[in-house]
Amino acid sequence: MSNLSQRPENPVVGVALPHESAGLHVTGAALYTDDLVHRTKDVLHAHPVQVPHAHARITALRTEPAMAVPGVVTVLTAEDVPGLNDAGVSHDEPLFPSEVMFHGHAVCWVLGETWEAARLGAQVVEFDAEPLPAVATVAEAIETDSFQGAQPVLSRGDIEEGFAKAAHVFSGEFEFSGQEHFYLETQAALAFVDENEQVFVHSSTQHPSETQEIVAHVLGRPSHAVTAQCLRMGGGFGGKEMQPHGLAAVAALGATVTGRPVRLRLNRTQDMLMTGKRHGFHARWRVGFDLEGHVLALEATVTADGGWSMDLSAPVLARALCHIDNAYWIPHVRVHGRIAKTNKQSNTAFRGFGGPQGMLVFEDILGRCAPLLGLDPIELRRRNFYQAGQSTPYGQPVRHPERIAGVWEQVIDNGDVLARQQEIAAFNAGHEHTKRALAVTPVKFGISFNLTAFNQAGALVHVYKDGSVLINHGGTEMGQGLHTKMLQVAATTLGIPLDRVRLAPTRTDKVPNTSATAASSGADLNGGAIKNACEQIRERLHVVAATRLGCGPGEVRIAEGSVSTLDGTASLDWDELVMAAYLQRVQLFAAGYYRTEGLHWDATTFRGSPFKYFAYGAAATEVEVDGFTGAYRTLRVDIVHDVGDSLSPLVDLGQIEGGFVQGAGWLTLEDLRWDTGDGQGRGRLLTQAASTYKLPSFSEMPEEFNVTLLPHAEEEGVVYGSKAVGEPPLMLAFSVREALRQAVAAFGSPSIGVELASPATPEAVYWAIERARAAGTPPAAVIQPPPREGRLSRA
Amino acid sequence: MLVARPGVTSATEWVAINACLAPAAALAGQEVVTSEGLGTPEVLHPVQREMAVRGGSQCGYCTPGFICSMAAEYYRPDREADGADHGEVHGPNGFDLHALSGNLCRCTGYRPIRDAAYALGTPQGGDRLADRREEPPDAPEATEFSDGERTFVRPATLSAALELLHRNPRTTVISGCTDWGVEVNIRGSRADCALAIDRLPELRGLVVTEEYLELGAALTLTEIERGLDGRVPLLAELFPQFASRLIRNSATLGGNLGTGSPIGDSPPALLALDARVVLSGIGGEREVPLADYFTGYRQSVRRTGELIKAVRIPLPLAGLTAFQKIAKRRFDDISSVAIGFALDIDEGTVRRARIGLGGIAATPIRAYHTESALEGQPWTRSTVLAAAGLLRAEGTPMDDHRASSRYRAAMLGQSLLKLYARSIEEVVA
Ligand SMILES: Cc1cc2nc3c(=O)[nH]c(=O)nc-3n(C[C@H](O)[C@H](O)[C@H](O)COP(=O)(O)OP(=O)(O)OC[C@H]3O[C@@H](n4cnc5c(N)ncnc54)[C@H](O)[C@@H]3O)c2cc1C
Repeated sequence: MSNLSQRPENPVVGVALPHESAGLHVTGAALYTDDLVHRTKDVLHAHPVQVPHAHARITALRTEPAMAVPGVVTVLTAEDVPGLNDAGVSHDEPLFPSEVMFHGHAVCWVLGETWEAARLGAQVVEFDAEPLPAVATVAEAIETDSFQGAQPVLSRGDIEEGFAKAAHVFSGEFEFSGQEHFYLETQAALAFVDENEQVFVHSSTQHPSETQEIVAHVLGRPSHAVTAQCLRMGGGFGGKEMQPHGLAAVAALGATVTGRPVRLRLNRTQDMLMTGKRHGFHARWRVGFDLEGHVLALEATVTADGGWSMDLSAPVLARALCHIDNAYWIPHVRVHGRIAKTNKQSNTAFRGFGGPQGMLVFEDILGRCAPLLGLDPIELRRRNFYQAGQSTPYGQPVRHPERIAGVWEQVIDNGDVLARQQEIAAFNAGHEHTKRALAVTPVKFGISFNLTAFNQAGALVHVYKDGSVLINHGGTEMGQGLHTKMLQVAATTLGIPLDRVRLAPTRTDKVPNTSATAASSGADLNGGAIKNACEQIRERLHVVAATRLGCGPGEVRIAEGSVSTLDGTASLDWDELVMAAYLQRVQLFAAGYYRTEGLHWDATTFRGSPFKYFAYGAAATEVEVDGFTGAYRTLRVDIVHDVGDSLSPLVDLGQIEGGFVQGAGWLTLEDLRWDTGDGQGRGRLLTQAASTYKLPSFSEMPEEFNVTLLPHAEEEGVVYGSKAVGEPPLMLAFSVREALRQAVAAFGSPSIGVELASPATPEAVYWAIERARAAGTPPAAVIQPPPREGRLSRA
Repeated sequence: MLVARPGVTSATEWVAINACLAPAAALAGQEVVTSEGLGTPEVLHPVQREMAVRGGSQCGYCTPGFICSMAAEYYRPDREADGADHGEVHGPNGFDLHALSGNLCRCTGYRPIRDAAYALGTPQGGDRLADRREEPPDAPEATEFSDGERTFVRPATLSAALELLHRNPRTTVISGCTDWGVEVNIRGSRADCALAIDRLPELRGLVVTEEYLELGAALTLTEIERGLDGRVPLLAELFPQFASRLIRNSATLGGNLGTGSPIGDSPPALLALDARVVLSGIGGEREVPLADYFTGYRQSVRRTGELIKAVRIPLPLAGLTAFQKIAKRRFDDISSVAIGFALDIDEGTVRRARIGLGGIAATPIRAYHTESALEGQPWTRSTVLAAAGLLRAEGTPMDDHRASSRYRAAMLGQSLLKLYARSIEEVVA
């Protein structure tokens, strides 16, 4: 067992603790970036000027009318930018654009004494816009060859040989929607400049280091002149990995131009109109099965809707390709990936980062094909699980493949699935207008950033003379409980009670060059770094303690704040030891560092072992569908999920449940719509508020929700034997979609392959039911499918 | 936030409302409590404690709102903590989950929040807010508040309100502000003069006579729901589907009719009930059938200077009624289509049919063709199938982001089939 994964006796990790800020959350005392405004003097407020064209050249911009509005202080335009006029890292995202690339693109920002003044000022800024042709959908992009970035190919085996051997070949098309993050706290930044022209930006950001870099390059200053801090976020979900940078840069630019603090907070509609979302995808596929239903070959072209700029689309697409296999062995694979360039918000990271989209393509194929193969979907999936010795299409050996079957059997057992299938059949036989179904789906999700360089982290740990400890690390807190886990890691490593450790907000002048808190890797990376820093300090303290206790440094034990010899004959307490060390001039602080070993990835050949390990899980979901309307309810969900040896079980449970419901939202309810017509509003996001874009509410909570953490799951080589948990559970929600599909089939004939749009809104489910009901007749007579949905045909 | 309002079973009730929709001036003289006022990180309120220890907060941003909604339900005087099973959305402590249906959380998936709610006990002795329920709340003060540019007025009487409306026809009438607040926050609307009518006693009656039932236009939907206590089954079916408790604690019928949205939920139900609208102006009162009230998209026969005073529902009520709302989300969503049914079926024959429809035309409408196709016919599958065909063709539904026109039309027909299937089931059961 590696030193990294080994736990001491009675560790603080593994204890089910509430979120470290829970007491602040529930009393309203927790501060978020925008709350700091009321504690800051002379703040100016920024408001965007958004242009209502999907694509247009701005030929003139007249800011004078805004300057005439009382309270308006200045209007920031491209001319104010001393550095690089760009909000991204690919240099394709002008911060103050002269060409509007999507409906609602901000071309300049008004600063006012009040938000109201800035708003009124923004209303009267004039511009001349020369409309240009716009690409409003992925389908249009495909038709007009509008792509951006590289077009990678994931390939293994001999695809033609695979199809030649196949007994059944099916092909189809599937287009599915993206998802709005709808973090409850919208994007926010507050910037000011101190006496030495040091720029300080509070930003609700998952990636303070990159926020810092982009603010610096916009201002034309080196990174050391800019500090970014993230107190905490009111949700991120990937939406604050790239999107905050440009907004923070606007605030920082405003602060340098005016010399006053500048606050920028988007309201919900602005946030929805201006920031990127989960990528919707289009897939065209062909799949071959042998007589027993083993997948032999998969050929697909998947196209991600990148929106107007690259943002994170390339790595999102890479992860999609690397997850198209999900938990299944596919001997012959050829998947071609593309990124559509459309005149829409620039799509970005969202929990799962392309993984869910890749997996959805294949889970949809299995769900559609199972009836055509005459197999129960549970059996079809089980037959295709990875076995020992097999590797992924990109060549990474699948470690612990037995855990896939393990979580699968356990969830079927816990959920009493076999007996309930009988009950459901009886229920359906007795109900003409209501049908139920139960589906089980697996998850295998690779942990680590695909790009190897990002898999590093730093931490700073201070032990003060009084024995209290302050930790700082590069990860940000967005509700996922990272800080809770990090406190537990520090307390465990130092051997002291949790209340001796305090955590300071994330900022770039404490830990530099950090990676985004993303890819579920926050606890793995930062936990490794904190543990490393604490171990350095602890080793020094062991030497001090050994002299005091009269034993060797290897014979000192520090646990629960008490320091003793291994046999317990002599002891002193932690505070005494710390003071003694100080007096002996022993360094009581340390910088910790961690990098994930054993990773390699070649982005051109699409081969390597990019992931440290895989996280596994399985979910069994039962739904009930109303045949009159297509409305449905989730009756019961059972989940078995592999989090390794949990660092913090209550936190992990929260991630699993919350991820599941968020995934269910994406697949069923959350319905992003743009105006795709040719009129004035072309390209406009139609669902731009909580009234039209529906998040799961209490009515989507599974009525019965049982989550089990896979026992005895210690993960070798990861901090205290744990596994990442942020993203993988989202994909457990495929079980909801598959259950809906099966319930739809129950209205018609069980042997038809049901096509279901995604999101499977009540309307989509209703049309699927209508088709299922008509399925006795040949496909030609089937009621016209609704738009946005592919067709399944036997090739 | 929590506001002290007159209670039904106690002098005061703590009512949760959306702080973001309430104009501060509308709260003049009122007692307001926020999550900060319930407890501190050191001394948590029982609601806060349950939420904290059960993982009810992750990012914490939505949490104070949940705390307030949960606290209101915690203090609801008629919440019965009897350990019995109170149905799908009630805890053994009598906690009604609908109390939280207006709050959204993006992190937790809600299960821990539900568990926190269901774990709550009853307020202990010495609980300030529990004791406060024994004394009546402060009455809202007549207010006139101006910042030089804009004015907020809360008159004490209906005649004062009508007088002001008469003098200044550009006055914006505000009641529960659940529509107007959205206009202000999202669409940038601003009122030069806002006239608050939500506390006018003349608009807050709930009267039952032999001939009709009168619902004051400024009663909140919660007040109507509790005041009627199920005596109008169609409305009892409507209320839980109308927005959320949080919104219903402010929203009024006057506002729902006043805003005139074709997707408002009360008109289809009220049309089915043959309701009449009582309009009050400086020259007196008049009564119009709701079926004649709407004249075009967000337009009505209401004249400038008139207020909706009340809605009258004729008695007796029809025997078979239903309210069906088609929306993406079950709790707290806006209708794609809403259908109100009120049918009198006597010895297997439909004697009278009233069907109100929302979401399929520029105004809420009656399904006249379908009504006459049903009347006089036997209540059978073949009658219903034929009528459903007609119902599908009523109105001119639109394609939009909520639903396609095809789906809207289909749902009209389906709603009648569903009503029929239910009525048959009831007979069998
Ligand atoms: C989150 C949310 C969810 C919602 N869900 C629903 C829903 O499910 N179904 C639904 O139908 N609506 C819904 N609404 C809209 C709104 O709640 C209702 O329309 C409500 O009935 C409005 O009542 P109010 O008292 O708040 O109106 P206000 O906002 O105060 O006023 C609305 C309009 O009516 C006018 N008005 C108010 N009272 C009178 C009167 N007595 N005489 C003349 N004019 C008057 C006002 O001048 C104003 O123009 C929702 C709103 C929100 C914010």
